Amino acid sequence: MKRAILLLPLALFLGVAAFLYRGLFLDPAELPSALIGKPFPPFSLPAVEEPGRTLTVEDLKGKPSLVNVWATWCVSCKVEHPVLNELARRGVNIVGVNYKDDNASALKWLKEFHNPYQLNIRDEQGSLGLDLGVYGAPETFLVDRHGIIRHKFVGVIDERVWREQLAARYQELLDE
Amino acid sequence: MNALIRAALLGLVLSATAHAAIDTYEFKSDAERERYRSLIEELRCPKCQNQNIADSDAPIAMDLRREIYRMLGEGQSDEQIVDYLVARYGDFVRYKPPLDGRTLLLWYGPAGLLAVGFGVLAVILVRRRRRATGPASTSLSPAERERLATLLDKKDP
Repeated sequence: MKRAILLLPLALFLGVAAFLYRGLFLDPAELPSALIGKPFPPFSLPAVEEPGRTLTVEDLKGKPSLVNVWATWCVSCKVEHPVLNELARRGVNIVGVNYKDDNASALKWLKEFHNPYQLNIRDEQGSLGLDLGVYGAPETFLVDRHGIIRHKFVGVIDERVWREQLAARYQELLDE
Repeated sequence: MNALIRAALLGLVLSATAHAAIDTYEFKSDAERERYRSLIEELRCPKCQNQNIADSDAPIAMDLRREIYRMLGEGQSDEQIVDYLVARYGDFVRYKPPLDGRTLLLWYGPAGLLAVGFGVLAVILVRRRRRATGPASTSLSPAERERLATLLDKKDP
């Protein structure tokens, strides 16, 4: 019994060490979204390509989508764009949120680099972005057919990210 | 040397004005200004990991300052404003996390460890004292005393 108590400090130390060791591999830039499992926030905003058309959260329902927050001022969005084009070509349903951008530049960008978006929400004031808890583009939300946010990815989607983190989740939403 | 001091002073003055230039909002009262100040100082900027909203130049921090100003103007309470931000950005925006199952260890862990430490210390001290004073204070039973006396008597001659 007395021997066992002598091992207690060692056990405590190992516990703390394991805790800190795990901490070494956590990415502090990766914030879990507070919105997972919650409905996509309601909005009423114009479409980027058709200024007369008003988009609402109802437009997102019916089939699963990748809601991608982008902007022409966002450097990494340029890196991500060809990947989105490729995903759209493979039939992935992508919806854009043009975040705090100038619409003319957005239109020019879509014309020059192709348009992977089925819909493109024009969030010039960043109000939808705020409701989505966006803190830097690009950010991508996986939204199911009922308009519930199921997953969030912050940063550039490349082939590897798609393959390892998003493809299976998207497929799951399709199969539901 | 003199020039150096003068340059340093100029730098100080400039940085002070640069800091003041951030606050361009007008408040109805000093109390409201004070609430605004304490709110932006106690909320963390979601983009910059470890800066509060007041100190950050990130666009998102600017947006959040504007949003907090707007909500203060609408007469919302501090609690409502914090809840509004937590609903969007999660508990990350609070430097002081709420007390729940996940944060129990964070809140009470240090106090718990301290209590365990004091407990161990107390046990050690009590044991040591008992050992030091123990044998002397133990009184012998009459039978033992008799035996002791005979033992001593035997040795004597």
